[in-house]
Amino acid sequence: MCLAVPVMIRNIEGTQAMVELGGVKRMISLVLTPEAGVGNYVLVHAGYAIGIVDEEEAKETLHLLEEMTNLVDQNEM
Amino acid sequence: MKFIDEFRDPHLARVLVETLRQHTRQHLRLMEFCGGHTHAILRFGIRALLPPDLEMLSGPGCPVCVTSPAGLDHAIALAHIPGMIVATFGDMVRVPGSRESLQNSRAGGADIRVVYSPLDAVALAEKNSSRPVVFLGVGFETTAPGVAASILQARQHGIKNYFVLPLHKLTPPATKAILDGGEVKLSGILGPGHVTTIIGTDAWTFLSEQYGVPIAVAGFEPLDILRGISMLVDQVNDGHARVENAYSRSVLPQGNRTALAIMNEVFETCDAEWRGLGVLPGSGLRIREKYAALDASKTFPVSLTPSHEPPGCRCGEVLRGILSPVDCSLFRHTCNPENPVGPCMVSAEGACMAYYQFGEKRLED
Repeated sequence: MCLAVPVMIRNIEGTQAMVELGGVKRMISLVLTPEAGVGNYVLVHAGYAIGIVDEEEAKETLHLLEEMTNLVDQNEM
Repeated sequence: MKFIDEFRDPHLARVLVETLRQHTRQHLRLMEFCGGHTHAILRFGIRALLPPDLEMLSGPGCPVCVTSPAGLDHAIALAHIPGMIVATFGDMVRVPGSRESLQNSRAGGADIRVVYSPLDAVALAEKNSSRPVVFLGVGFETTAPGVAASILQARQHGIKNYFVLPLHKLTPPATKAILDGGEVKLSGILGPGHVTTIIGTDAWTFLSEQYGVPIAVAGFEPLDILRGISMLVDQVNDGHARVENAYSRSVLPQGNRTALAIMNEVFETCDAEWRGLGVLPGSGLRIREKYAALDASKTFPVSLTPSHEPPGCRCGEVLRGILSPVDCSLFRHTCNPENPVGPCMVSAEGACMAYYQFGEKRLED
């Protein structure tokens, strides 16, 4: 039930945004994330955006994991 | 970046698994609180890849599963009121109550509607203005702010026939109850990523400060989960329990303040009964007096007979992490998704359902 999926906001009308969820277009509410803007990815749960996904943080995490890979690969060589 | 495939990279996953194998130096027992994690761990075959000394236990993180039989019976009693429409998330419909499920009530003529969002229930009330619509407010902190927002919206729009039966539960008190119960000794906790998107990592500091138990909050993709487990193993190795965040793209220390403010505007904490854990102080949410007119438990008094667990069902032990679904004698043969005996076999997040669907699937599959 705590399932939430990242989706991109394409347009905003008042406190709602139209998004595509699993191939289906539907309105979601932005009342819990009023600072979300067009182009942002938000986590959608039960019709509400519950958080904004931070792209910089995502890149940073992937970067850390890749560095770890390089370290392991080097040790294996 | 779409924030899904990037976090399913098989090469990075293999490296994380290898690191975990190297770093696991003793028997560790970790609990994933959240049913979403249980589901992902089995679905992606992560369990089968972990070193044998790394044991993962499922916790009580399935809101439908922890809803008490009394809570379910209450919902079912409301569904039997003539003219009533009960709107609910789909997972609730097939959960057996003491005498019947909402599905049985529907077969007997009750009007039960499955909705994706509480906002759909508000819309349903708008369309059926002569009939009361009760939304079953089930869910943890991830869900409660949205339900609170639906109450505010109904009030703002003057919708007088929308009500909520508050059955929400809070996750930190349940985690505390598991540790206080002492039935399982945990080396660390994989924290729920979406609950913590709302409550923030600061809400978990009591785990390291009061219990000395490590926690790593994780997302739900394979790399998120493996990274979270990896953080827990490293915390045990360096002997320093703390709160770590393996889901920093979504989770902040303070959480989502807007969502918390909306939740607190409408709800206040109360004692609540959990299946398997009993009554836990301050672990539930009730609707504040200010919004009592939208509270289904106050507007529609029903007389309830004593409730009981389904005979032979051991969901309570599964939810406390002391019984693996496969060790329940009802598992698969007597209790299965076609004929569920208990809620853990019904909900998509239930541990029994996850074990039934995915068993010991391997990543290569």
